[in-house]
Amino acid sequence: MKYVIIGNGPAAIGAIEGIRKKDKKGAITLISKEPHHTYSRPLISYLLLGKTDEERMKYRPDGFYKDNGVDVMLGVTAESIDPVRQTVKTDKGKVPYDRLLIAAGSRPFIPPMKGFDAVEKKYSFMTLDDAKALSEALTPETRVLIIGAGLIGLKCAEGISGLCGHIAVVDLADRILSSILDREAAAVVEKSLREHGMEFYLSDSVEEFKGGRARLKSGKTIEFDVLVTAVGVKANISLVKDAGGACERGIIVNDHMETTVTNVYAAGDCAQGTDCVTGQSRILALMPNAYMQGECAGRNMAGEPGAFDRAMAQNAIGFFGLHMVTAGAYEGEVYFERGEGLYKKLFYRDDRLMGYIIIGDIRRAGIYTAMIRDRTPLSGIDFELICKDPSLLPFGKKRRAEMLGGVKN
Amino acid sequence: MKRVYVNEKWCLGCHLCEYNCAFSNSGGRDMATTLMGVNIRPNIRVEEGEGVCYAVSCRHCEDPLCVKGCIGGALSIEDGVIEIDKSKCIHCYTCIVMCPYGAVMPSEDGAVQKCELCVKTKKGTPACVAGCPNGAIVFEER
Ligand SMILES: Cc1cc2nc3c(=O)[nH]c(=O)nc-3n(C[C@H](O)[C@H](O)[C@H](O)COP(=O)(O)OP(=O)(O)OC[C@H]3O[C@@H](n4cnc5c(N)ncnc54)[C@H](O)[C@@H]3O)c2cc1C
Repeated sequence: MKYVIIGNGPAAIGAIEGIRKKDKKGAITLISKEPHHTYSRPLISYLLLGKTDEERMKYRPDGFYKDNGVDVMLGVTAESIDPVRQTVKTDKGKVPYDRLLIAAGSRPFIPPMKGFDAVEKKYSFMTLDDAKALSEALTPETRVLIIGAGLIGLKCAEGISGLCGHIAVVDLADRILSSILDREAAAVVEKSLREHGMEFYLSDSVEEFKGGRARLKSGKTIEFDVLVTAVGVKANISLVKDAGGACERGIIVNDHMETTVTNVYAAGDCAQGTDCVTGQSRILALMPNAYMQGECAGRNMAGEPGAFDRAMAQNAIGFFGLHMVTAGAYEGEVYFERGEGLYKKLFYRDDRLMGYIIIGDIRRAGIYTAMIRDRTPLSGIDFELICKDPSLLPFGKKRRAEMLGGVKN
Repeated sequence: MKRVYVNEKWCLGCHLCEYNCAFSNSGGRDMATTLMGVNIRPNIRVEEGEGVCYAVSCRHCEDPLCVKGCIGGALSIEDGVIEIDKSKCIHCYTCIVMCPYGAVMPSEDGAVQKCELCVKTKKGTPACVAGCPNGAIVFEER
């Protein structure tokens, strides 16, 4: 069996580990555009913060490829696939496959903005090389303008906060982190970021860049030296789309990570599967999801059936020591608690927990995540108790014996 | 593989496991001087309520969600034991979002801490098990 994997992020690594659980011998070839050993993409902001270094950013140890018998082609770009002859065309020649995984991730989406091309110092914040280039452009006086107050834009802001003079962030949405926080929660985090000197221009967008200035729709102007665009990402779907495979925003996959093209699988940020909370087909561009989809793809490619049907939004992120965790969908009735160092919203509907937003005291939040994932019937547990304090008490003796005593009921 | 299992029927709620865990992981020489006046942060925690008590620690799952979710590659499985490389942890707490048991927690320095079955401290029986006066916590194959 000859496996080929395009990509080198968590989805690709998950696939290698998934394949090797079943098939210790088959040949695995990994092709990736970035010329680096597998590294943790989310850590690029921590690199600039000085909280990690390139050595510790490695997602797997140096010996990983060798130990798993993986032939690596780094700095090589896959250009197209031929699903009939089962080959991948790269800029360094053709590679044949029996099973192919597309784990190509996503790329920055840059909306059309007047005067953008003429901006001299502009960066994205997606890769290790982006992070290094950006940090080289910064001095303690640099004024940075970041377009996008989402996870990537704000992680970038935190990362460079000690390396530049001033940070302004513009976003079309009426609040920061709009993909994971509701309005009230976003206000809590925004306040904390403002206290760290960041300036926000929300419900606003750039009308034009001209001579080191951004003129906003609202009429305000921002002077800047360096521009970072972090508006959003676009899934890398073209390899499958051009081969005739079904794609929407992402490459369509089933619960076995199969695309509609025979022997071609997809996983991670480029794949669009089912969100188990809402039932919707969507891209869940998050690390845990990428790994688990990749692992599922790997197992299936190696002939071991088994679905991954527990994909959901689940995220942990912190800014300057303020931690927040979120999961699931914000639908249904709400349990709300706010106090010293805590902001907590639990969303529930139809006898199940749908989602949560917790800022501050995030301890044991995984107990809530498991309830969402497992669709634990709320009528079977002490819901009032668990809302206040996530613990195993509300589950009762029988369920606990399974959880802690390894007892199968 | 041998794991730590808890039988809540026999748990006295004495919290000795917490002290033995904290001491075992402290590297200190004797418990009294090491833990005196210290706000301990054990990897095993006793939960109590309505006439029940029991200790909770990492289950060392065969298919561990914390390891799969770790965004920095800081958690790994070594011979079945789930270990944390604190130098790689960047305190994002994704593992805390992933763990169904609430058994991974922030440590004093921000990196996560969890039960590692005392493999890093000494060989043999984990300290919580060795010190449990009522045999409520056991280390065995199930
Ligand atoms: C700054 C930042 C912070 C983040 N923070 C978090 C966080 O806190 N938590 C979280 O869960 N997620 C976070 N994410 C998202 C997370 O990084 C992604 O979800 C994850 O990396 C997706 O993994 P993947 O394997 O699908 O793709 P990627 O990690 O993007 O890897 C794709 C790989 O494919 C390669 N490639 C692409 N096209 C080709 C081609 N044609 N030929 C060859 N190779 C190709 C690329 O070189 C790359 O190595 C963050 C992302 C960024 C940028």
